[in-house]
Amino acid sequence: MRIRIHYSKLSPLRYSGNLDMQHSWERTLRRSHLPLVVSQGFHPQLRIQQACALPLGFTSRAEIVDVWLDTDCSIPDIEQALRKVVPPGIEIQSVEQVELNDPALQTRALASDYLATLLDHPDLAELQSRISGLLASPSISRTRRGKPYDLRQLVEDLRLVGTTPGAPLELSMRLSVREGATGRPEEVLDELGIPASSARVERINLIFSTD
Amino acid sequence: MTLSPEEIQGWLERILLTVQKPGRYVGGELNQVIKPWDSVSTHIALVFPDIYDIGLPNLGLAILYDLLNRRSDTLAERSYAPWVDMEAAMRASGIPLYSLESKHPLSAFDIVGFTLPYETLNTNALNLLDLGGIPLLASNRSSEHPLVIAGGHSAYNPEPMSDFFDAFVIGEGEEVIQEIVDAYRVWRQAGSSRDHLLRSLSKIGGVYVPSLYRAEYYPDGRMAKFIKLVQDAPLPVKKRIVPILPNPPTRFLVPSIDTVHNRIAVEIMRGCTRGCRFCHAGMINRPVRERSVEQIVEAIQTALDQTGYEEIALLSLSSSDYSGIIELVDAAAQRFGKQRLTISLPSLRIESFSVELMDRLKEARPGGGFTLAPEAATDRMRRVINKPIQTEQLLETARAVFNHGWTTLKLYFMIGHPSETIEDVQAIVDLCKAVTAEGRKIVGGRVRVHAGVSTFIPKAHTPFQWVSCDSVSQIRAKQDLLKRQLRGSNLKLSWTQPEETLLEAWLSRGDRRLGAVILRAWQHGAKFDAWQDQYNFTAWLKAFSDAGLDPDFYSHRQREMDELLPWSHIFAGVRPAYLKEEYRRSLEGELRADCRTACFACGILPAYARQRMEAPGDHWKCPEVTPISKRIAHTSARIVRSE
Repeated sequence: MRIRIHYSKLSPLRYSGNLDMQHSWERTLRRSHLPLVVSQGFHPQLRIQQACALPLGFTSRAEIVDVWLDTDCSIPDIEQALRKVVPPGIEIQSVEQVELNDPALQTRALASDYLATLLDHPDLAELQSRISGLLASPSISRTRRGKPYDLRQLVEDLRLVGTTPGAPLELSMRLSVREGATGRPEEVLDELGIPASSARVERINLIFSTD
Repeated sequence: MTLSPEEIQGWLERILLTVQKPGRYVGGELNQVIKPWDSVSTHIALVFPDIYDIGLPNLGLAILYDLLNRRSDTLAERSYAPWVDMEAAMRASGIPLYSLESKHPLSAFDIVGFTLPYETLNTNALNLLDLGGIPLLASNRSSEHPLVIAGGHSAYNPEPMSDFFDAFVIGEGEEVIQEIVDAYRVWRQAGSSRDHLLRSLSKIGGVYVPSLYRAEYYPDGRMAKFIKLVQDAPLPVKKRIVPILPNPPTRFLVPSIDTVHNRIAVEIMRGCTRGCRFCHAGMINRPVRERSVEQIVEAIQTALDQTGYEEIALLSLSSSDYSGIIELVDAAAQRFGKQRLTISLPSLRIESFSVELMDRLKEARPGGGFTLAPEAATDRMRRVINKPIQTEQLLETARAVFNHGWTTLKLYFMIGHPSETIEDVQAIVDLCKAVTAEGRKIVGGRVRVHAGVSTFIPKAHTPFQWVSCDSVSQIRAKQDLLKRQLRGSNLKLSWTQPEETLLEAWLSRGDRRLGAVILRAWQHGAKFDAWQDQYNFTAWLKAFSDAGLDPDFYSHRQREMDELLPWSHIFAGVRPAYLKEEYRRSLEGELRADCRTACFACGILPAYARQRMEAPGDHWKCPEVTPISKRIAHTSARIVRSE
């Protein structure tokens, strides 16, 4: 059977990259003693599939991993087995069964919602005008790792959500995560004049195509 | 002003995304132990003075972390060396070195314990004390500062680092660490002076407090006297051992980032009976004590359940010599073979039996190379170092390796013994080529032979502790020969830069005066000396010259047999007379057999007779010792019977 685990990636794992998360899941699954599917061949691997790599330094309330099991187990049993063995920083939200032949999550991912908490209290009016400016631009050309790209194309939505006086400002953004067209929150922040070190970013939702 | 854990945490959030591999600096791994700070009376920081990636898998610290955190009155947290980028960011933001668990600065701990497995970590230790806000010199610390201690293999000659540590643990830490914590608690409750604490620590077996002694020197630099400054300070200080190896730790930390070894490590045996004369570990880790097969297999099972690791390393100095090796390998293969784990068995003897052993693990062990350590390639050198392996035996083992499907064979050699000639080095080339030729016959062009050629460094407490290092020009000539001839697509050669070897040679047989050199070198920017790209040879040469000392005095001088050696007040259990005898034999080319076959009275048994009596049985590889009273009782019983 194929199961889909929805989980949160919390602060202790903020600085663990995608490959590290892969290892973390492999070890978690081994500790769970669930009947895991192992690939044949010289370097046997557990059959696991993560959706949408999360950039280093971010937390997430919307992570997903698919796992293949050799024999059918009840979902509550699986959930219980996993909850007992997850490392600090992984919090299981729910587990569901999915069709064996469902397409890989990665191919269906469309967009990701992020919430950025701005730690250094930037000027509200200034920020609002920058946001409007960004959204009004037909294109914003930037370079990342030597490659030019259009940031504007990747920003589907951008707005201030938390403006409680005294509390840090919160910025919500919906960025494309389609293959070959992934928007990065720190690029948006940089475009708004906010250094990455003065924001705390969390992924709060992943949006998939339904077909 | 010391930062609070909350302030440190806040600063970290700001800088971590600007450094490489920030996951090194946050802790929070599976199986980390966090106790409320105020719930315990003694707070201990365990420090590995190199980066997290290397320090986290260290077994010694894992043992102490486990043991100390089992105590309800104590917490133990960890700290590692930040890499240069992180150190710069920390210094720029005023963040002190902190513990990964609670983020307390190092200076907030009661006891700070460093492990010093090798000498090239010395400047890092200084750097970390400095970054942790602790005075570098023990003599500048007062009761408000932590007690700073060190242990590990390089502490067997503690003198070069004696200015910086309040106390050293000589030997095995499992029992003595508990006694240190107890003594610390008693001292804290009594509220007496720091001097009192040091005096009470010096009464614990295996603890060396350098400030209770003074060294004097002849005008030519040799040590003249080593004097204790207080009457009850022990002289010599005898290393500590545990008579019975306790259960191995199983609750290993599982890092959330990649480290050098991501695995379960189980020490199957401590010590080695082979008696290779260059081998520091073989001399200082006597006597040989083994764990039982059941104990090891149980430990693996528990550790697998607690970690989910996919790799197991069965550690010892000589795996083939473990009494139950076949039983262990079979049990491991049978019990864990189906779980697709990698089981590694390092330090195998050069005989086809080793190949058979590895083969039994093969189901559990996909791929990987095979490693053997002949060390020398001529019979003469093999006699000198007491590692008698016949060339034909090596070739036969190599054939077995290739016949069993391995295509890569790694061979470890050592050059630079003072009696070594260029012919001995040429023989290494010839041997590697012969092995490659054998491999080619069996596996064809896929054969790979990798020669790892290190440079001999005479070490304290070994039969070669008196000898001079080979000259740098000689070493270069020998390495050039190897580089010229060990070429081709099937051959790979790795070697050590002579400058790096020199540092280890100076420090490993140094005296107290080297403290000033180490301090100066650090001030000149030396740190991460074990990293080829960071090693700063010029800083060291400047430091020697600032201190008015000649580095060659420590590395390139044949010492007199009756010279007072800087570490002569440390007794590692092997009699100095035995080391001398071994040295004499090496000069004569006389071999010494494996001491499992017969006891050669190295000194361990009389030194640890009580421990041997407490722990009878064949888990020790030394003969049993019967208490005198029992022997008399036994004799009189016989007399009674005969009457």
